[in-house]
Parts: sequence; C-alpha cells; structure tokens
Amino acid sequence: MKYIDEFRQRDLAEKVAGAIVREARSGRDYHFMEFCGGHTHAIFRYGVQDLMPPNVRFVHGPGCPVCVLPVRRLDDAVELAERHGVILTTYGDMMRVPGTKQRSLIKAKADGADIRMVYSTQDALKIARENPKRQVVFFAIGFETTTPPTAVALVQARREGLRNFSVFCNHVLTPAAIQHILQSPEVRDLGTVKIDGFLGPSHVSSVIGSEPYEFFSEEFQKPVVIAGFEPLDVMQSTLMLIRQINEGRHEVENEYTRVVKREGNLKAQALVSDVFELRPRFEWRGLGSVPYSALRIRSEFADLDAETRFELSEKASREVKSCECPAILRGAKKPTDCKLFGTVCTPDNPMGSCMVSSEGACAAYWTYGRFRTRDGRTAGKEEIVA
Amino acid sequence: MCLALPARVVSIEADDMATVALEGVRKKISLALVDEVAVGDYVLVHVGYALHKVSEEEAARTLAMMAEAGVLADELEEIGRADA
Amino acid sequence: MNAIDPNLQGSNDVIDMTHGGGGRAMADLIRDVFQRHFSNPHLARGNDGAVVELPPGRVVVSTDGHVISPLFFPGGDIGCLAVHGTVNDVAMMGARPLYLTVGVILEEGFARADLERIVKSMAEAARDAGVEIVTGDTKVVEQGKGDGIFITTTGVGVIPEGINVAGDQARPGHAIIVSGSIGDHGLAILSRRENLEFETEIRSDTAALNGLVGAMLAAVPGIKVLRDPTRGGLGATLNEIALQSKVGMMLDEQAIPIKRDVAAGCELLGLDPLYVANEGKLIAICEADAAERLLEVMRGHELARDAAIIGTVVEDRHAMVQMRTRLGGARVVDYLAGEQLPRIC
Repeated sequence: MKYIDEFRQRDLAEKVAGAIVREARSGRDYHFMEFCGGHTHAIFRYGVQDLMPPNVRFVHGPGCPVCVLPVRRLDDAVELAERHGVILTTYGDMMRVPGTKQRSLIKAKADGADIRMVYSTQDALKIARENPKRQVVFFAIGFETTTPPTAVALVQARREGLRNFSVFCNHVLTPAAIQHILQSPEVRDLGTVKIDGFLGPSHVSSVIGSEPYEFFSEEFQKPVVIAGFEPLDVMQSTLMLIRQINEGRHEVENEYTRVVKREGNLKAQALVSDVFELRPRFEWRGLGSVPYSALRIRSEFADLDAETRFELSEKASREVKSCECPAILRGAKKPTDCKLFGTVCTPDNPMGSCMVSSEGACAAYWTYGRFRTRDGRTAGKEEIVA
Repeated sequence: MCLALPARVVSIEADDMATVALEGVRKKISLALVDEVAVGDYVLVHVGYALHKVSEEEAARTLAMMAEAGVLADELEEIGRADA
Repeated sequence: MNAIDPNLQGSNDVIDMTHGGGGRAMADLIRDVFQRHFSNPHLARGNDGAVVELPPGRVVVSTDGHVISPLFFPGGDIGCLAVHGTVNDVAMMGARPLYLTVGVILEEGFARADLERIVKSMAEAARDAGVEIVTGDTKVVEQGKGDGIFITTTGVGVIPEGINVAGDQARPGHAIIVSGSIGDHGLAILSRRENLEFETEIRSDTAALNGLVGAMLAAVPGIKVLRDPTRGGLGATLNEIALQSKVGMMLDEQAIPIKRDVAAGCELLGLDPLYVANEGKLIAICEADAAERLLEVMRGHELARDAAIIGTVVEDRHAMVQMRTRLGGARVVDYLAGEQLPRIC
C-alpha cells in the first residue's frame, strides 16, 4: 500500500529510534501529548513506546470524538431513535458508547429502534431517498476532518429537496480543545500534567492547515509538530519535538507535509463556513464547557437541523460516578489510576467512553497494554512490563 | 481519530464521484471537497470523501528525512567508537 | 412424479407455512429438494433417524448453527459453509468426519430457487469432504421471524488410534503454525454488506479441512492442538488456546500471512485482520522439532500452500498472547469485546 507501508518500515524505525535515543538528553524527561486518538492507536498497535528511551513519554490527549461527546448528547440521539421514531444513521464508532444507565445505541437497536450504521454521509442520504415516508437523522460526530462531509450532505439534501433528512450536529473543534487543556490549572498552575510539546493532529490539519496552531506555540511557548498517523510519522515527529526542546525553540513544524499545507483545504473550509457557525459554548466530556469549541447548523439550514425539527426533552443525563474518563481525557490521570478500569469497566462492559473507542486511552491500554493479569484485575506494580 | 487512507484515483465519474483503489480494493468516493484531481493521483480518503491530494514529492522528502536521522545516528556512533 | 400440479396449489416459487406443516407440501419439499440432492441410502429409507456403522475408535460429535448475511457471498454460500463449519470442528478434534445431520429453519416467503441452490451446495460440499448427510429436519417460521434460512449441522467422526489433539496441550517451546492467509472470509462478507460495499476480488476461504488434517496427522501424529480460527479470527482463537493450556504466546507479526487486498480492506474499514473470521484455515501447535516437517506436508496440500510458523508458545502465568510488531515493538493481542465494527476514527 503506497504511502502506508513505507511509513511502517522496521529499518527506518530503527534509524529514527536510534536518533531519538542519542538526542534525548538523559538529564531530563520529555512529555509529549499526542492530541489525537489516531496517534494513541498507532503508539499502542505498533509498540512505539518500546522503541523510546524511558525518559520520552506520551501523554494521551482528548482527540477522540466518541470519547469527548457528553452523555447528554448521546441520550438525545437515543431519544430521537426511540421516541421520535426516526431512522437514526451514524458511524460504527458510536454504536457501543454507553449513555445514561449504560444505554447505548446498540442496546436501543436491540430493543427495536431503527438505528443504522453508515460508512459515509452519502449512505445516510441514500437511506433518506429510499425511505421518503420516514424521518432520517444523521447523528454527526467528529472533528474538523469529519465535518466537511456532513456539510456536503446538508448542501446536497437542500439541493435535492430531501425533506425527510436532517442532521443532529455534534461537530467539535480541535484548536479550542488544545487551548483549553493548556489553560487548565492542571497544566498551567499545578503542573500535575506535564506537557513539553504536542504531536499535532494529522487529518484534522489536512483540512484546517498548520496555521491555527501557531498561536499556541507562541502564547504557551510549547512546540507543536503536525504528525502523520503511521508509526514512523509519530517517531519522526517525536524526534523533531526533542530537537526543538533541546534547541530552546517552540515552533509549529510539519512532519506530515505530504498531506498538510499551512493553509489547509480552502474548499472544505469554505463549505463548512457556509453551513455551520460557532456555538458560543459546548460541553465536552472531560473538559467541561469550552467556549467556541463546536459548530451548529446555520439558520439558513435550520430546516435540516434535527435540533430544530424535533423537540428534545430535558433529561437528567448522568455519567457513571467514579469513572475517571474526564481526568483521563485531560491527561491528568492514566487509565490504570481509575478504580473501575479492568474491574467493572472493560471493553465488554464499558462504563465510560474511553473504554469504547479503539482510540480511547482506556481501550488502548486494555487491548494492547501489558500491565494486567488475565483475571481482569490491574496488575500490581511489580507486574507492570510497559 | 479520523481514520483516513491514501488511495489512488482510478476513474472520475459524474456528480463529483470517483472510484479509488487501495491495492485491489475499489471504493466509490466523493470528490466534492477537492479540486483538480486527476486519474492516477493519490487522495486521502475519509468517510467516503477525498480530503486532500497526497504529494509524492513531500512523501519522498519525509522518508529521506527519516533515513537521514539514522545516518546521523550511525555517524555519531562511529565517531563515538573512534573516540573510545 | 405423481405430485399434484403445482399450478393448482398456488405459487411454488416461495416457501409458505404449508412446507413446514407436516402435510403433503412438506413431504414433497423434502423429497424434491433435500432427498434429491443429498441422495444416500440412509435418507432414502425415510425413517426418523439414521442407523450408521462406525469404525473402531473414540467418537466425536460436534454441532454448529449457521446464520449469515448475505446468504450468497464471493467464494461460497450458507450451504457449503454449514457443511465445512461442522466438518472442520470434527476434524480439529483429530477425528475423521463421517456423517452429518442437518436442521433447516426457513422463513415463510423464502425463494425456492435459493433453497435449491443452497441445498445443492451443501450436497456438493459434503461429497467433496467425503461425509454423508444422513438425517435432517425442516421447519418453517412466519415471515419476520427468521432471516431467510438458518442451518444447523451436527457432525459425527472417529478419532484414529494414537491421535490425541486438544486445546489444553500447548506447552512452552511449542511452535504455532497457521495454514494460510488470514481474514479472507470476513472481508469477503463485509464487501457485500449493505452501506459498506466495496469491490474486491477477495473470496471467502470456506473449505473442508479434514483432508488436510488427515495428511498432517499422518506425517506428525503428535500434533498437540488443532483449531480453526473462525469467528473472532486468529486473535480470539489463540487466546482460547492460551487460556485452556495456561501458557502465553509470542507471535511475529511479519510471519503472519495476509493477502494484500485483505490488508487493504481492513485498513479501509479500520479493522484489525487478527480478529477477522476465517472458514478454511487452521492453527496447529506441535513440538518445535516437528514444526518444519509439518510445515512441509502442509505446504504440499492445496489448502495450506501459504502455511507459516507464526510464533512460539511461552511460559506466562497470565496466559497473554503477545506479538512482536513489524516495527520491532511489542503489543498484547487480546480477546475482543464483540464483533469488530467498521470505524471512522
């Protein structure tokens, strides 16, 4: 696979790993937050941490759209399918995420709700065309990468006069979340979360470009390297971060130049701003209410907005108490710090979102990590291998 | 987040649609978000949409950079050995 | 035939409730479809059960229900799959499969032509595998209460003298062998799923493995473990064995055979091929010094040309399956929570 296999080569990985070992100074630690779940996944799936010297550590960030969606919004989606009788379409990632009282879309589906997994917004439109007498809602989640395809679907639905189609919009913005993390007391004042630099989003940046990160590197004096999602990209970007720190620089650098330009994809950006506008605030799981961190559908498209079309009830949405997803999403805690991890909460019976998505830190620890015993309990420290 | 893959455009069809190939796997995708894509180009595909063209030159440059990181390390190692 | 003219009875194109009602329609269906294709003396006798002779040895019985969507897929259909699945389960015990029984549940409205096609495919698969379908049952459920057709098969086989294969016999130092490329079946099915369609030449690997197993046991009678990595794929099956044997495993990612198109399809859908289903592959675990010989015999068989040693059994009180990645790192290969769903992030 061109552009994939080259970036998984062992001999190159050994070379880059060798350079990292040489250049990382033994007198200090390097803590890099990989914002994206895509990076988390690559690090665990390929065992990248094993190739790093012990003083280079990755801090897992909140860049998993499934993980940061607040329970309330998920409960709303379940309500749309159950109470309003719509055909609810969504990406496979959302199906198993638990809402209030562990109610997930897959459980609602088992109870008879018409919930259909789609691969693309084009499939959701197709379902709307094929079911003219039913209301079809697309439950839209995702960062800037996933937003333009939703915009295309809305424009297309308008053009075709597809009156039975609407979108329940939950698109969120990456830069706002990064800024929120950097401003959090845990990072800024308490120093409980140590972040020396960021592995910047790869596919988000293919849309928004590298420019939006320039503010952080300047304001917070932290280096950012936009990194591709293949394991070699992650390693090379780590090397670039180490070099910036060693040289006292804090710039935005781009390792993923084969896809990311400074200005991003202008056509996609224009389309997104035609259809969406900023929400003054949006609730993130883990980060709380973050100003200007999400998008809503513009009033020009209000007739295709599921939040306008359907009256959603007030609900007492609740996450599981003692689930540490919020702190884990901020990088303040590790999955193994959570009481529920591996005991009550496993991928078979997830209590929080981080255990569901394959990009969630808990699921990645559980699936790929080597620190627990087979009977499901977290292993003692002496048993921790990685 | 944001699973996306580079795939080769094998044909361009009406309504901004195209067929891309990843090895022998072919999939119909939308080109609505990109301009000036030609057959033979590689595009980054996410949820059935091309998000960006993939630059062959830049990919080669990045790979060369990774190889260089190693060369530098190898040289340092040799210097280290020579010093010892 | 002296059956009543079907035109006078109404449409004969689809299955209706009378086909399961115990009357003439059911008798006709059994005779015209099942007995015709499965023809053998046991069935022809028309009794409630089959009386069969077994050669000496321990008897293995195994049963498997088959539900699949779509019913017809590249490389096979639910009919041959229902035969292969059970033949393989019997063979993985080290036994020679001899007889099958078949239970079919049809949904009202199911196309008779599809049923014929499926039954024919079962008959061919059984013939090729050298097993006889000796007794069966058919029921019809109302529309909406079934998914077209469900098929349950039970297999009976006999373990030859001197063979002792079981899941709890893997020991540190043993070699782990897989008979060929992984994930073909699962990807072939997914390529035809609604809303996921992609075009590919990938075909299901569904096949009866009893011939291969026979050749393997003839060459290395001391094979410790045999298992077919069906649902849950290689990853789940190795975990089952590790738990049963209370051992760990260390796999080498680069040694695991996988077709380029299967790898590409998995990338596209965000799936890990280790957990994608196979229907014509097996895992064998044997003493290290027998591994090369076993591999040679396997590669001489048309169903295991790409067989490879993919790892070693190691000591591990946590019974973890681990893998050296292609990059040189290590990761755990765990059980999955459920079926892998295609993902976008």
